[in-house]
Amino acid sequence: MSSQQNIEVETEKVPAGTVIRPKGDIDLSRAPAFRVEVAKCLEDNTGAVYIDLGLVPYMDSSGVATLVEALQLTNRSGVKLALFGLQERVRSIFEIARLDTVFKITETFEQAQED
Amino acid sequence: MNSTPNDPDIRVHLTSNPKYLASVRGMILSLTQTIGFDVVESGHIALAVDETLTNIIRHGYGLEAGNPINLSIWLVQGEEKGIRIVIEDEARQIEPDDICGRDLEDIKPGGLGVHIIKDVMDECTFEKRDDMGMRVTLMKHLRPKKIDCTENSNTPR
Repeated sequence: MSSQQNIEVETEKVPAGTVIRPKGDIDLSRAPAFRVEVAKCLEDNTGAVYIDLGLVPYMDSSGVATLVEALQLTNRSGVKLALFGLQERVRSIFEIARLDTVFKITETFEQAQED
Repeated sequence: MNSTPNDPDIRVHLTSNPKYLASVRGMILSLTQTIGFDVVESGHIALAVDETLTNIIRHGYGLEAGNPINLSIWLVQGEEKGIRIVIEDEARQIEPDDICGRDLEDIKPGGLGVHIIKDVMDECTFEKRDDMGMRVTLMKHLRPKKIDCTENSNTPR
């Protein structure tokens, strides 16, 4: 039995860059697939990266690690990365890991686009 | 079959496949809310169990599926009221003192699991088992809820 599961990730081109929209829990079973999808988007992307976590009810440190990696890659290439729409349970893990001030985290996409 | 006072209330045996993490989280969420933890506390306990299992699967068993993991759960009564969860594996042993979260100021992927477990649980211990593997004990106390009487403060008795 495969130990990894796929994750549905929608991407949408917007004038300022790309919105990445994963759906479902992101834990050890889905984080590897999420990492691949995020890496693909970063390769193809030239503008800012906005990750919509509104449809992610749960995330553990495996998912957070993928986002930290994405943040480091975007920082290196001078690209903006912002997270928005986090559910309370997901926001909580960023606070526990004290990453809520490292990432730009907003409630809405409009706020995420502000500098 | 009769149980003894030291027997756990619930025992779960699973194998080291990440696919089972969601089911275990669901069980912990349901159980902890049933015994009186609020939604946030239940979420934290489920997160701590998930992170412990993730560490065992990833680091203990090197992501190899099919290896044994046992959860034993006690619903503790009395002064220490709450939930105690013991998670045992047969993975490689490491010194408990070497199990520590990374410095949170050092922003990098990974190394957050142990920090999260210690942050959200009241007690967390790592031990080597006598024969093989490791044992993690997690404890969360159930605290009396504060009752907000402000809305009814003017209600005559």
